[in-house]
Amino acid sequence: MHGPVADLSTRVAGLELRNPFLLASGIWGETGESLRGAYEAGAGGVITKSIGREPRTGYPNPTVEMYDRWGFLNAMGLPNPGIAEYPREIAIARGGGALVIGSVFGHDAEEFAELGAALTETGVAALELNLSCPHAEGLGSEVGSDPSAVEDITRAVVRRTKLPVIAKLTPNTHDIVALAQAAERGGASAISAINTLRGLAIDVRLQRPTLSHGLGGLSGPAIKPVGLACVYQVFRGVRIPVIGVGGILTADDALEYLLAGARAVEVGTAVALDGIRVFGTLVRELGRRMDELGVRRVEDLIGAAHRSDPPPGAPRDPL
Amino acid sequence: MRRIVPVSGRTVETPTTVTLRFEDARPAAPGQFVMLWIPGDDEIPMSLSYVGSSKGVTVKVMGPTSRHIQEIAPGTLLGVRGPYGNAFELTPHRVLVVAGGSGAAVLAPAAEALRARGGEVEVALGATRASELLFEGRFAAMGATVHPATDDGSRGARGFVTELVGPLLARGRFDAIWTCGPEVMMQKVIAAAQGTGVPVVCSVERWMKCGLGLCDACALGPYHVCVDGPVFPAERLGAVPEFGRTKHDAAGRRVPG
Repeated sequence: MHGPVADLSTRVAGLELRNPFLLASGIWGETGESLRGAYEAGAGGVITKSIGREPRTGYPNPTVEMYDRWGFLNAMGLPNPGIAEYPREIAIARGGGALVIGSVFGHDAEEFAELGAALTETGVAALELNLSCPHAEGLGSEVGSDPSAVEDITRAVVRRTKLPVIAKLTPNTHDIVALAQAAERGGASAISAINTLRGLAIDVRLQRPTLSHGLGGLSGPAIKPVGLACVYQVFRGVRIPVIGVGGILTADDALEYLLAGARAVEVGTAVALDGIRVFGTLVRELGRRMDELGVRRVEDLIGAAHRSDPPPGAPRDPL
Repeated sequence: MRRIVPVSGRTVETPTTVTLRFEDARPAAPGQFVMLWIPGDDEIPMSLSYVGSSKGVTVKVMGPTSRHIQEIAPGTLLGVRGPYGNAFELTPHRVLVVAGGSGAAVLAPAAEALRARGGEVEVALGATRASELLFEGRFAAMGATVHPATDDGSRGARGFVTELVGPLLARGRFDAIWTCGPEVMMQKVIAAAQGTGVPVVCSVERWMKCGLGLCDACALGPYHVCVDGPVFPAERLGAVPEFGRTKHDAAGRRVPG
């Protein structure tokens, strides 16, 4: 018996990750024990629930709709214990050795900056800005689909922290590259793409939306092609690194994101489908697949799919 | 994954507890729960009190949603997803069931399943008063020996049901204790069984949102009650400092349990 020889470590936004798989924000992450558990299960790092100024209960149930294995619709409504109480959860997670990235949400640049500064004091390794939750009034994608707001928010946070700042962007826009470029101008160290796609489920017998909030966000394999396209485009549009998110259930899904240009990936819905042990499986399988493909380092995969593209204006290959 | 089912029956069990029945062919095992949606109101986790194709939930008034559920008339449409979570292992032969309040709702189908396999069941059944004893007749009908206890002494022993556990363990041989009720009650059951060598299995109730092991609302130390439970061997709970002390509220704050 011997393990994979491939080197799974990767670097993104100044973070040294033991492997590219991050626990996505909103999955587990309400308690320190859960963050720690996800790290111990094999994640390269863990991202907290998005934290706001005040405790927030989120929307009433139903908050989730599951579609077999292809998709998952949710409108949790950003439940979180608030910035005053949350640092002790981060302490529990860090006490277990976890690499923790703190996610924050707010209504405006000042609120984001205040929360970013507060989380910086907790010993998190980086900040992720939730500019992309698709179902919260005045928050998330409602502020994050305007490039000038993205730039202002990012700049305000960057000024108040010494940590790398990651802007998590929404696909619910006609031009995600413009959002990524705005975050880059604001001083972001990396882009996460994508958050969920806005979606709706209706029960035909009750003739009403199934989620209490009506609109929700779609995640899971159904959105993988969308996430890949966004990562592919953002990779070409900015110089800062990209973290890929959306529908990663297997090592090959992750490979696709790395080849599209991601330096790391976030995993969320897979935890609901396969349990937290999915991180161990992904790490093992990525090593095995890289060995099979003859790839030594994650680094060698990043953006490699772009090399096969014809240069602009070149004649297309005849079929 | 969600089925819309009409309520097929409604039974008043005690002055504060009502059972709703509905047809649902999805297989379920005693101990498992469903997420029950009352359209226009909340969706809440409910242990199944009947696990056959005619399923049931037995609801005690806890808050506005459970009060609303109790008033639901037959024919009303409900949403059901699940069943989720794990189940009682039906391997022991002689089981002492210790039920506090609405805890009997999940223990009754487990005891029935054990009886159907030829197992033997004694029940320590606790409530505030005689009229609140849940499923006393159902336990008797399955051939279990029932030992009631009420806070006011209106039926059976006066005092907490947990006080029956020590004497019952001293009198008879049991392969396991199954318990469900408030966490402090279950802690007392665990304490009473300590040193007797009889393993204790607890059905734990926590605030839940997704029921799928994703949202973290039901985090209990390193566990998630929705997927790692709700049925836990006491040894696993012993290592969890929050058990019997704190819970998470809807915002994820730690509050006294």
